[in-house]
Amino acid sequence: MAADRDSAILTADDVTVRFATPEGVITAVEDVSFAVEPGEFLSIIGPSGCGKSTLFNVIGGLLTSHQGTVRVAGEIISGPHPSIGMVFQEESTFPWRTVSDNVAFPLELVGMPKRKRIERARRFIAMVGLAGFENRYPGELSGGMRQRVALARTLASEPKILLMDEPFAALDEQTRLLLGDKVLQIQQQLRQTTLLITHNITEAVQMSDRILVMTYRPGRVKRIVDINLPRPRDSEIVGSEAFGRYVAQIWNDLREEASRGMRDAETHALDHEAPP
Amino acid sequence: MSDRLSRSRLAPAAAGLAAVGLGLAAAEIMIRADWINRFIVPPPSEVARGISRIVLEEHIGHRFLLTAGECLAAGLMITVLGVAAGVLIHRFRLLRQATETWIAAWAAAPVVLAYPLFMVIFGRNAWTIIMIGFVAALPPVILKTIEGLSTTRKVLVDVGRSFNLTGTQQFWKILFPAALPTIFVGVRLGLIFALINIVGVEFLINSGGLGQLINDLAERYDLAGTYAAIFFVVLVSVAFFMTLERIERWLRPID
Repeated sequence: MAADRDSAILTADDVTVRFATPEGVITAVEDVSFAVEPGEFLSIIGPSGCGKSTLFNVIGGLLTSHQGTVRVAGEIISGPHPSIGMVFQEESTFPWRTVSDNVAFPLELVGMPKRKRIERARRFIAMVGLAGFENRYPGELSGGMRQRVALARTLASEPKILLMDEPFAALDEQTRLLLGDKVLQIQQQLRQTTLLITHNITEAVQMSDRILVMTYRPGRVKRIVDINLPRPRDSEIVGSEAFGRYVAQIWNDLREEASRGMRDAETHALDHEAPP
Repeated sequence: MSDRLSRSRLAPAAAGLAAVGLGLAAAEIMIRADWINRFIVPPPSEVARGISRIVLEEHIGHRFLLTAGECLAAGLMITVLGVAAGVLIHRFRLLRQATETWIAAWAAAPVVLAYPLFMVIFGRNAWTIIMIGFVAALPPVILKTIEGLSTTRKVLVDVGRSFNLTGTQQFWKILFPAALPTIFVGVRLGLIFALINIVGVEFLINSGGLGQLINDLAERYDLAGTYAAIFFVVLVSVAFFMTLERIERWLRPID
């Protein structure tokens, strides 16, 4: 299912990012182009160091020193765009706010009256399965619950595109699968266009309509894989034969890149080893 | 459940009081057994009697309020001006690079020794004492404010950016609340510096307050009374710490 660029809600064209380092200029991402249809779930997968997080920052508008263009509904973005809601890899809830106040944060910014925003926040808190925890502080919650608060906060801003950077990377496998179910359920319920950055093949296959596989540095598009698994899905699909085939296919693509990454890291470590 | 909760809340305070009680009992025994010279350290029982004596004879209420008032004035000044200076220095990189080392050096300066200069400027009154307390206590507040603002986790700042916050919103909604615990550490340290310097200057210039009383009693070689007066200085400190703790809990209920 290739995305039609005319109907796409998000497009990236020839995005290239270079960083100056003490060892010279490094090309983190090179000529990356793709399009995302409204309501689609696209995952971007690649080995460590392939520029996934750089791409996340470019699409989210946090990194503007890049070549190429990113468009939201045809509009070139030059900074954080109100249509894009970001969920970060690191724990990002505000520890000084209750769950309810965290989720109501974007509503407070647009000047919504307190009663209304708390009411609205409740809806999103229930959506991520945290009803009853409205008055707790993040410090009283587990890592998985805190990530759900961050997700609810982003959803409360009602973004057209949900952009997530390995949101479950710090969680254990079981929690990750269950939270994957929750994200899928919400995505299907809201028909939310979602872009997930991940290095986890299972997670990507479980949730995506398409998976964009990236090469190791410089990060380029290696292949885009359509995932033709039935919807609605949940984590039970992980046990199916078709699922296994997709995982094997993507691992096949990734193995070579991951090996390159590992070799590069080893060479780098040897180069920096102090002489005897 | 609630019984267990209230017990768990009371337990630290009870353990603290028990430790103080045990320490005092041990001191009493060692002094009475002549292991510690009673002409250097009076027995706690005599200090306890000294407390009631100085309350009756030395206008302790007035002196306590004077020292606490001076400390409060210096505390308010370091909080308002110290935090504002910290924010300003954090905001401008050049200003920070130019001043941070000097401020750290200023924190170690024995400001109290400059009391004659302050007396020339402000006269022999409470303002001299307040200003010495303020000047001595300002550096930790400034330094901790800078530290709190600069150590705010980048991801929280990125969350703010992703919601398109203005600079002012970014400061009030993210940077400042994130930095509050560190700022409070600075204010606590500042209050300690302020109280030490205030009591020290009262002692040196004989200008009322608990410091002057400690000086009078020490010169009369009333050791029990001297230690009893020091107990009231500790009370001032405890009062400020408890108030600060409540304010911090109110501003940041949980971390």
